Amino acid sequence: AAAMELPPSHYPASRAAALAAGFVCYRRGSPGRGLALRAVRRAGRQAIEDVGHKYHLELVLEDVLDRDTTVNCTAEVLYHLGNKNIAPDVQFTIEGELKNTDEADNIFYNRIKSLEKELVAENIPDSHGKVSPEMEPVLLLARVAAGYVIWQNSTENTKFQFAQIKHVKQVKRSDEYLEFDYVILLHEMVSQEIIPWQMTVLWHPQRGVQVTQDSRQAKHPSE
Amino acid sequence: DQVLHIVPETFQQVQHLQHLCSTLLLDLWKPQLPEDIWAGEDLHIRVPAPLVQEVKDSLDQHVISYKVLISDVQELVDQSMPRVRSSQRQVSEGYDYTQYHSMEEIYQWMTQIQENNSELVTQHYLGKTVENQTMYYLQISQPSDKTKKIIWMDCGIHAREWISPAFCQWFVKEILQNYKSDPNISRFLQNLDLYVLPVLNIDGYIYSWENERLWRKNRSPYMNGTCYGTDLNRNFNSSWGSIGVSYNCSSDIFCGSGPESEPETRAVAQFIERKKSDILCYLTIHSYGQYILTPYGSTTEPPSNNEELMYVAEKAAAALMGKYGTSYEVGSTSLILYSNSGSSRDWTHMIGIPFTYTFELRDKGTYGFVLPSEQIQPTCEETM
Repeated sequence: AAAMELPPSHYPASRAAALAAGFVCYRRGSPGRGLALRAVRRAGRQAIEDVGHKYHLELVLEDVLDRDTTVNCTAEVLYHLGNKNIAPDVQFTIEGELKNTDEADNIFYNRIKSLEKELVAENIPDSHGKVSPEMEPVLLLARVAAGYVIWQNSTENTKFQFAQIKHVKQVKRSDEYLEFDYVILLHEMVSQEIIPWQMTVLWHPQRGVQVTQDSRQAKHPSE
Repeated sequence: DQVLHIVPETFQQVQHLQHLCSTLLLDLWKPQLPEDIWAGEDLHIRVPAPLVQEVKDSLDQHVISYKVLISDVQELVDQSMPRVRSSQRQVSEGYDYTQYHSMEEIYQWMTQIQENNSELVTQHYLGKTVENQTMYYLQISQPSDKTKKIIWMDCGIHAREWISPAFCQWFVKEILQNYKSDPNISRFLQNLDLYVLPVLNIDGYIYSWENERLWRKNRSPYMNGTCYGTDLNRNFNSSWGSIGVSYNCSSDIFCGSGPESEPETRAVAQFIERKKSDILCYLTIHSYGQYILTPYGSTTEPPSNNEELMYVAEKAAAALMGKYGTSYEVGSTSLILYSNSGSSRDWTHMIGIPFTYTFELRDKGTYGFVLPSEQIQPTCEETM
């Protein structure tokens, strides 16, 4: 079928855009760089028979640490028909260069590697939206990993946003990787649910981010 | 300029005064319009300086007695200009509008605001919450003989959206701080009354401070106290329970056991129902997303006055963007977000209030509900 132009402010486009942004954050983010969706410029959708729905998107992304810095991004999102166990396919191109974060990444890496006691923290950002400077890279790393979880679990009927780190604990390793065990909260816009999600995250400045394990947690029963 | 106080005694005098006002284009302070001048009723007219003698002569000629109420309007204006404060943020001593406040602090703030601005502000009882907390709204109203149309604004229907009550407080502060010096605000208050409900879902708000920051609903117990909370914005009687809801109490969009099953919903609905013929505009403030949302959520069918609704909203979004470049999208909930039923904004439009909007404030998801308090000021400034 032919591609149909979509109003960029309407939810079919904005849901696909949120998913694409999550994926880009996962692929290009680091403890020194977070990318978030600023705007949807254009959107189109194509129904591909027996396959699924394909969205073409023109997005503007912003640097979470420096919100005046934006980049343009084109992306394609393919939601597979029927089978809810397959993550959507996402492809993207970023126009231009992203800020180099090697220095910041290395500083963070060395700081954590040299900690005597494993890092442990809760509620980041706190209730008032505050993040201490030492925790900023831990938060950005969580956003990157959350991008992976969002990508893996999104459908045309969901719109996930990272909300908060509930709990994070560093796991010391003998190899070069840093390992963190996170429980994060995701906000799902359509159901308005807050969903706790556990993630085991590996990271190394040159090797990037890996989510080696993740699982949706039960909401503890509200008293 | 002077302000004259006259009490016309006869119909001829009334006619002459009306004639004077319209030919000389005099500024009627009381009543608002020449046709409302009556014998036996107070008349206050501001006369520009060059015309003072002519007007007084004319009154003398027609044996109309007068008193000079204000002998120098400019002097009074100069005196009433607010002194420039080093920190423009506080209209109640020590209240920091750039921080989030607990419900206890907000209750105290309401009392203070009324005390410090009693000529304009009155605090009124609206109802009680599930946990028996008292719901109050603030009425900001310039004394006048005529009944004015009402603009209603509520904040904090969803507990976790902290920027929303913060905005209501900021809004009240801005109006009170500037109504004498800002011609837009003073003209506004001459013709309209503002009713502000700073926190609608008080129980939920308190719960989000003390127990669970990302709580959304109220604290109504269901299933023998094993499950809590109705989504108040799914509980109004607008296609209640039809779409975009859950009938399961554990869901964040649980619509309650029936339309208006919750005391908070009833308190608001009953009040608005009573006053609806005077309410021009209903605003409900949420976060996050940066949207100005128009009816409906329960259907994609546009409301009868959609063009006008959209026009006004587009203007608002443009003005908002002019401040810090923040972009807000405009459109109906059912197209922009999702379908939902039982929302307060849908209900108020369905009962006949012409202008009804849901504002979703900053941001677009980076911080979401836990918007940093440093963003309170810019968010509120642009939304003003």
